[in-house]
Amino acid sequence: MIINHPLLGPRDASEFVVKGAASLIDRPDWQAENATDAFHDYMYLRDNPAGEHAELWYHEQGDRSWLVVTRNTLTHEVTKVEMARDVARARGRSK
Amino acid sequence: MTNYSGLKVLWQGLTGNKGWKPVWREPEPKAEYDVIIVGGGGHGLATAYYLAKEFGVTNVAVIEKGWIGSGNIGRNTTIVRSNYLLKGNEPFYEQSMKLWEGLEQDFNYNAMISQRGILNLYHSDAQRDAFARRGNAMHLAGAGAELLDQDKVRKMAPFLDYDNARFPIKGALLQKRGGTVRHDAVAWGYARGADMRGVDIIQNCEVTGFQMDGGACVGVQTSKGNIRAKKVAVCVAGSSGRVMEKAGMRLPIESHVLQAFVSEGLKPTIPGVITFGAGHFYVSQSDKGGLVFGGDLDGYNTYAQRGNLPVVEDVCEGGMAIMPMIGRSRLLRMWGGVMDMSMDGSPYIDKTDIDGLYFNGGWCYGGFKATPASGFCYAHLLATDRPHENATEFRLDRFKRGAMIDEKGVGAQPNLH
Ligand SMILES: Cc1cc2nc3c(=O)[nH]c(=O)nc-3n(C[C@H](O)[C@H](O)[C@H](O)COP(=O)(O)OP(=O)(O)OC[C@H]3O[C@@H](n4cnc5c(N)ncnc54)[C@H](O)[C@@H]3O)c2cc1C
Repeated sequence: MIINHPLLGPRDASEFVVKGAASLIDRPDWQAENATDAFHDYMYLRDNPAGEHAELWYHEQGDRSWLVVTRNTLTHEVTKVEMARDVARARGRSK
Repeated sequence: MTNYSGLKVLWQGLTGNKGWKPVWREPEPKAEYDVIIVGGGGHGLATAYYLAKEFGVTNVAVIEKGWIGSGNIGRNTTIVRSNYLLKGNEPFYEQSMKLWEGLEQDFNYNAMISQRGILNLYHSDAQRDAFARRGNAMHLAGAGAELLDQDKVRKMAPFLDYDNARFPIKGALLQKRGGTVRHDAVAWGYARGADMRGVDIIQNCEVTGFQMDGGACVGVQTSKGNIRAKKVAVCVAGSSGRVMEKAGMRLPIESHVLQAFVSEGLKPTIPGVITFGAGHFYVSQSDKGGLVFGGDLDGYNTYAQRGNLPVVEDVCEGGMAIMPMIGRSRLLRMWGGVMDMSMDGSPYIDKTDIDGLYFNGGWCYGGFKATPASGFCYAHLLATDRPHENATEFRLDRFKRGAMIDEKGVGAQPNLH
């Protein structure tokens, strides 16, 4: 697989490590009433879809940036690559 | 159906092998069963077999979307062992090992069970101590283990690279009772045994949804129509996420691909199973002579039964690091299978929150060895609605309770287990 890094251009997938679903960006509010349940679901449950999947990739052997890679889990086709920072900010996170 | 015996093989051999009959029927589904098992892999078929044989529940169907043996049961590297550490796991895997030891007599089928030993190499003092601890845990469960120093390992496997500058081989943990089993014979043996006792094995029939009534599961929707059941037992390994999604459930599971490799056929070289302790590589030799080996997962979520080249390179490097002679043989074939990786590396055998719906999965890349005990314990749960005493920890809610069974201690990161 080739990951089209937004800053560095096409890079081989072996330069990256995969963290998992991009939903890990959406950390629950630790002060909420239901924080215990919300953290359980956040940590341990997965959608695990067959098809399009947004996931966190870390460019460990490169510029060490975190990317959100949208990839098809049936074909391995990569359809979108974004900086995780931009995705997180667009979802209202400060960094 | 009559039993197999040496005499029968001889007689058939002398009469042109014309008397062999198919060993299971190809029935049309009935309108209703007591238990429907979704997935005709090793675990589903073993569950049906033990339900019928040990628990007297025979009004059972196994529903398989392809043909039986087309999933991971026919794709794995066939290693069986009971060398676990944690108490949630070890008695269960030892139960499985005991069932393997009696299996061929029990189901009257040649599964080519070969207990030729498994050597887990260690490369440092710290690793030796960890293996000593694991060996003690194995003794406590009655599994048996031996800690070998380098000399003893040399006698068993003289071809390893003992003095490798980076990963010298200092010794190994040996489980003599470990070994390999002919994987698809396991599926066929259980299928035959279940069919003989009245279980319907329905192939080429995909479960596409669940029939619900008042919040309870009362049957399945399939490509051959609706079938009702008092209990629906899902057992679909790598497809767990896709199937349970149809019941609205999210699981503590990610699907990943594991690749396996076979070399050209060689004369007997490797005595048993050998695993590399410093990287991830394991190897055994099949009866046909091919070296069967594998290593790490590819690491990304996937439902495609194929992997990518970086892992091929990584696995072969692992092989070269412990046994450079492997570099002289050529790779014949490679393939991948979709693994149901759980959040702590351990499986689930449990009732779900939906009445009538049961779940078995999360076997990661170690579920082949578990096949007999998984079938037995799942059958126990289905027949009695109580977990078997060796499977009490395999609950879906264990993360909520802080009761993970994390052999490797790497946390909720499925691609690292
Ligand atoms: C390369 C590789 C190497 C491995 N090596 C080892 C090893 O050395 N030792 C070990 O212990 N384990 C090993 N494993 C793991 C082991 O193979 C699995 O954990 C185990 O086989 C899973 O259980 P199963 O046999 O029931 O799965 P499967 O055989 O995959 O059975 C699941 C079945 O469900 C069916 N199914 C899916 N969806 C549906 C549906 N909607 N409707 C109906 N049916 C459906 C599938 O077609 C499939 O036949 C390995 C796996 C792989 C891929």
